[in-house]
Amino acid sequence: MTQRSIIPFGPQHPVLPEPIHLDLVVEDETVVEAIPSIGFVHRGLESLVAKKDFQEFVYVAERICGICSFIHGMTYCHGVEQIMEIEVPPRAQYLRTIWSELSRIHSHLLWLGLTADAFGFESLFMHSWRLREKVLDIIEATTGGRVIFGSCKVGGVRRDIENAALRTIAATLQDYAKEYREIGGVFLEDLTVKRRLCGVGVLSGEDALQLGAVGPMLRASGVAQDMRLLKYAAYGEIDFSPVTAAEGDSYARCSVRVREIFQSVGIIRQCAEKIPDGAIETKVAGLPDGEFYARTEQPRGEVIYYVKANGTKNLERLRVRTPTFANIPAMLKVMPGCQLADVPVLVLTIDPCISCTER
Amino acid sequence: MIEPQDLRETTLERLIGEVQEFRDAGYRLVQIGATRTEGFEINYSFDRDLKFVNLKIKIADNSVEIPSISGVYWNAFLYENEIHDLFGLKIRNIKIDYRGTFYKVAKPAAFAEKPAAPAARKRAAKPAAGTEVSET
Repeated sequence: MTQRSIIPFGPQHPVLPEPIHLDLVVEDETVVEAIPSIGFVHRGLESLVAKKDFQEFVYVAERICGICSFIHGMTYCHGVEQIMEIEVPPRAQYLRTIWSELSRIHSHLLWLGLTADAFGFESLFMHSWRLREKVLDIIEATTGGRVIFGSCKVGGVRRDIENAALRTIAATLQDYAKEYREIGGVFLEDLTVKRRLCGVGVLSGEDALQLGAVGPMLRASGVAQDMRLLKYAAYGEIDFSPVTAAEGDSYARCSVRVREIFQSVGIIRQCAEKIPDGAIETKVAGLPDGEFYARTEQPRGEVIYYVKANGTKNLERLRVRTPTFANIPAMLKVMPGCQLADVPVLVLTIDPCISCTER
Repeated sequence: MIEPQDLRETTLERLIGEVQEFRDAGYRLVQIGATRTEGFEINYSFDRDLKFVNLKIKIADNSVEIPSISGVYWNAFLYENEIHDLFGLKIRNIKIDYRGTFYKVAKPAAFAEKPAAPAARKRAAKPAAGTEVSET
């Protein structure tokens, strides 16, 4: 007779750098249901808008996450700029796009390494992170920081990158893509990787949409939705289309992220070719009054910043909906029927960022 | 490019019916968020093919019961538990109701308090004339 038990997974677990807990209801080795608990490290950062000047708050927004920090700051700035009708100079928009894509590359490489570690491929983990270091070096050379850039501000950006340096970065990344192709090929072709990912945690496109999934989780189920198509920053002048896969399993989610790194390299190359000369910031005058929903595409998917201002230097409300929060229901949907040993990989395939979620 | 903002207002009574219409039309639930105003505002955001629509309801205080939309969009249970824990709002019939244990916060319903205006905060922080300020 089948025995039903509840196995706690997390909040401390070898594959989880941050705390999330699942109560796994299992019959023998098969998961029947998963019930999540979060909120172990909730920081209440949203409420700080009532205490910080709206221009100073960019620093707090960037610290919501230590991986996609730049895009958090940029999305916040985008929301405030729309309320105040500030026109950001084109050069600043291109620089924002370049730093966003560098963030995407290093975030995906972080995820690839962690996933390789989760399914026991240690050397692949090390190679993924070795390549990530090279991207972090570019970020450090252009912003002065490795994960917290501090380069975005309301009205533009704080730092410029010389055109010659941009061309060098684009050329470096082209060489880098050749080196990365070898690592990406292991993720896509290696038999042991496929055995751990193919057919595991299948999510249909219809379910992904109904459960509110975003980012690679949604695109790996065949839905070509990418917030960069909203043409914020310089994306309206860049030629790209969303990377998708049809299978909806863990391999498809890995495949989307592997291919998005090549796409990001291509976007940075286009930016280096097209970036116009000119100012990098617009002077901010007045105080914000109004409300706006800013949506951008983080490495993990769509992030939303709801900004509400009342004509004072402090915002009335900031609400941040992070992609990991949106992907939790889809993760719960793919758990039933999987084997207990697959749970760490399945949790990782949404690329969970609890720091964002516990903003 | 500025994303068009379609912000609509509705009532508690019409909420479930309108949310069902979004579901029937193939919209994805993007988020639910609350804002402390004189009372409370609850925003329900939807998206279909990058068309963003936001539905807003206003309630006077936290004694008002809000119907859960988790019967229409199952994933709403996360947002509704979050609103309950941070704002202390009552939401009935949530599909998975954590009953206040979703967030392990030091202070229940910490976001329910209406923040003081900056000027009022400065006045509260400034000691009155003649008051001794001890250094610790």
